[in-house]
Amino acid sequence: MSSVPADVILPAPESVLNAHSIEEIEEWMTRFPDNQKQSAVLAALSIAQHQNQGWLSTELMDAVAAKLHMPPIAVYEVASFYSMFETTPVGRNCVAICTNISCMLMGSDTIVNHVENKYGIKLGDSTEDGRIYLKVEEECLAACSGGPMMQVNHVYHTNLTPESVDEILDALE
Amino acid sequence: MSDDTINLTVDGKSLTAKRGQMLIEVTDAAGIDVPRFCYHKKLSVAANCRMCLVEVEKAPKPLPACATPVMPDMVVRTASKIARDAQKGTMEFLLINHPLDCPICDQGGECELQDVAMGYGNGASQYTEGKRVVFDKYIGPLIATEMTRCIHCTRCVRFGEEIAGIRELGATGRGENVRIGTYIEKSVVSEVSGNVIDICPVGALTARPSRYTARSWELQQQPSVSPHDSVGSNVFVHMDGSTINRVIPRENESINEVWIADRDRFSYQGLNNQDRLQSPMVRVDGELQPCDWPTALSTAAKLLRAEGQDSSDLGVLVSPSITVEELYLTQKLARALGTNNVDHRLGQLDFSAQDSAPVMPWLGMQLNDLETLDAALLIGSNIRKDQPIAALRLRKSALKGGAISFINPRQFPLHFEASVSIATRYDNMVSELYCVARAAGADVGSMADAPQLDPNDQHQSIADSLQNGERAAVMLGNICVQHPAYAQLQYLANAVANATGATLGMLPERSNTAGAWLAGAVPHRAAGGNALSGSAAAGKNALQMLDEPMKAYLLVGCEIEFDAARPAYASKALDSADGVVAISAYMSEGLSRCADVVLPAATFTETFGTYVNATGAWQSAKGTTSPPGDARPAWKVFRVLAQELELDGFGFDSPEAVTKELQSHCGSVTLSNLATFDNVPAFYAPSSETLLRAGETPIYATDPIVRRSQPLQKSMDGKQAFAIMSQTQAATLSVADGDQVSVQQNGSAVSLPAKVDNSIPDGCVWVPTGLPETQALGELFGTIKVSKV
Repeated sequence: MSSVPADVILPAPESVLNAHSIEEIEEWMTRFPDNQKQSAVLAALSIAQHQNQGWLSTELMDAVAAKLHMPPIAVYEVASFYSMFETTPVGRNCVAICTNISCMLMGSDTIVNHVENKYGIKLGDSTEDGRIYLKVEEECLAACSGGPMMQVNHVYHTNLTPESVDEILDALE
Repeated sequence: MSDDTINLTVDGKSLTAKRGQMLIEVTDAAGIDVPRFCYHKKLSVAANCRMCLVEVEKAPKPLPACATPVMPDMVVRTASKIARDAQKGTMEFLLINHPLDCPICDQGGECELQDVAMGYGNGASQYTEGKRVVFDKYIGPLIATEMTRCIHCTRCVRFGEEIAGIRELGATGRGENVRIGTYIEKSVVSEVSGNVIDICPVGALTARPSRYTARSWELQQQPSVSPHDSVGSNVFVHMDGSTINRVIPRENESINEVWIADRDRFSYQGLNNQDRLQSPMVRVDGELQPCDWPTALSTAAKLLRAEGQDSSDLGVLVSPSITVEELYLTQKLARALGTNNVDHRLGQLDFSAQDSAPVMPWLGMQLNDLETLDAALLIGSNIRKDQPIAALRLRKSALKGGAISFINPRQFPLHFEASVSIATRYDNMVSELYCVARAAGADVGSMADAPQLDPNDQHQSIADSLQNGERAAVMLGNICVQHPAYAQLQYLANAVANATGATLGMLPERSNTAGAWLAGAVPHRAAGGNALSGSAAAGKNALQMLDEPMKAYLLVGCEIEFDAARPAYASKALDSADGVVAISAYMSEGLSRCADVVLPAATFTETFGTYVNATGAWQSAKGTTSPPGDARPAWKVFRVLAQELELDGFGFDSPEAVTKELQSHCGSVTLSNLATFDNVPAFYAPSSETLLRAGETPIYATDPIVRRSQPLQKSMDGKQAFAIMSQTQAATLSVADGDQVSVQQNGSAVSLPAKVDNSIPDGCVWVPTGLPETQALGELFGTIKVSKV
């Protein structure tokens, strides 16, 4: 693995990542051997995303690259590969309705339609007030027994009906 | 049969192979054609294109030949139904998203995708859905992108990581959305970035300067040698009729492998610059006017041997970037005119060790030996930018665990991890090297005025690595040559090499620096490193010729305002001379001011010529295009000029005859860099000044051709006109990044934007030479004043 190219000037991690993020990333780095600190990149990106209302700016990714001594492009590759990372600004509440096969059989389409109509946006969009981000969920969230289901800010809600969805979403800040 | 060799059968043929080889290497060696995109012999195996699938007996499904190690008694079929079906299936998938815009694609006619699709593709696609479109990002003035054509072989990504050592391109996104690119809009900075154009199997990455200008099948290919650094990379020049359309690498495993630097690739853009001289010129009424050859020659002859002008009043300055034949003829003419005032060391400041110098500076080893060094110490070398292809080799040593260390006036960005990298103010480099010598136990006691300096851990570590390394080298780079204590650095490098058993090497500064020494383009030696005829005293060196103005000058191929050690003095000397005759391919601002006669010469690709590279290899290249207008090959110019001057011995009927004559002088040359110093130089004490200038000749400012190549000048490395200093230094001078500062030296001043960069040691400001913006200044290493405008 090549390290940061010397021609590339990266921001000092401390100038972009807050103290809490740095502390958490460093904790993750202790879990890997000295010459494999880049293994902490997934954790580091997710920590960085947390501090920035759910999305990764180039500056944040560069800071992670600097922290883990990785070429920035290698960090961009990881961030753009995984669907749990957002590389453009999104709404502050992440709403991911599962549309995989079990949920689909249980009527997830109705739930999606309901939410799309409720906010006048499509899957993948955020509301204009920046409150809701309707994430396209790529994979089964492994709660098939409770389908249709959705994940809101990392919390699972199962056996959804349009009414229960309204209740959950209206309660979001 | 050794245990290492195994037998296998491919397409019914019995083959032998080494254990561990990949199947594709074996089939390639046997001339069996297996289609591929992602496999490249110089890159790691990715096995992601799946084009090289072949049938292997007892394997349940086709296997990729590039990632299948050969096994004893393996039976392989590369063209069976199973193999062909797999290959055709892959081809169909690869073509799904490819735009098939071959008629408007620069790669058309030399495209691996096109070729393989001819053999393995279907006439029609079954795919009726919409194709993927990728919007391009600008990645610099050298490489044009059309990423919709990309088939994701990742050769360019692997090249960056594995060969260039700078990972700039990557595969972002996922599945159908994968894109090869830089992710953010940025120019690539690698000095060897252009190689991705060659390795890209499709038209996604093509050469920007020659984009849309020719079809590859209309081009004529001629072998040549790149004249920009002492590697002497082998190239092919591709011509569209009589103009050069592009330059690509010519494989030579012992020199440049399959790569060339961007400088080698794109310099040709400077050949047809508007500055190219089309006809001889003579100064009439204070203005240079075009004239015919006879007029120019007779005027030149008069100026070179003017009445009342002694032969010692003539100074001859010659560029080390021209052919060895031209260098030889230059010094031959100078000596025929009765002067030894001839020199190619235009940027050098310290000549005190010239008598101890070897016949020619050379690497001390072959280029591929750079790949297997256990330890090396490079002194005053920005090898990555000065000899990019040699640096790629050295990088391989570092990746294998070789301890590569540096003593430099700045922390240069590297593409590998240095073992020890000492970046110190230039005036302290001698002290640092002295400490390494002490740590190595070298006998340096005879150096006068040496202070009591004790090695620290870094010095000890360098000395130990050189001592313990079976293959170790100490090398002097380009910056040493321009350093005011060149003699001390040479002496100490010698001492370190002697004490540690390391090979002493020099990285010759320019393409023909080694050739210039052999040709006798130095004031103290004749061709072949022989003593001057008779008991003649050494002539003046380049610095003396320019510091104390002379009556007449002959300039061959040089641009004094950029090449000279003290450009400001040099320009003044030429301005005050009675006669200045220039043999040059280009008009320059300096020549237009000072020259009295300008004789237009042919340059790279326009004349036969030889370059002697860092390993002492003589590489000749034929002329492939004609010089513009009335310009003529310099060897012919010398012939007629000598005739005009009534000098004998210049009646060569071909440039090859010149080479032959020079070679007859070089018969007994043995190469060595270890020297015996008759006069041990005194210690060079660090300066007490609080602010000094340091710098280098940047990669795209080394010779007249690259200085005029617009694509190179527009690239990241072409933008060097800054006063660069550390954060601390900037604070001391109350300067912020981007401020315009006034830089004063030797009574002249220029204004430059300041740049803050902590790779510059405190106490100095980095101001490069060889640039129009800094030509009014003095020496590269010296005192300086910097203030905010």
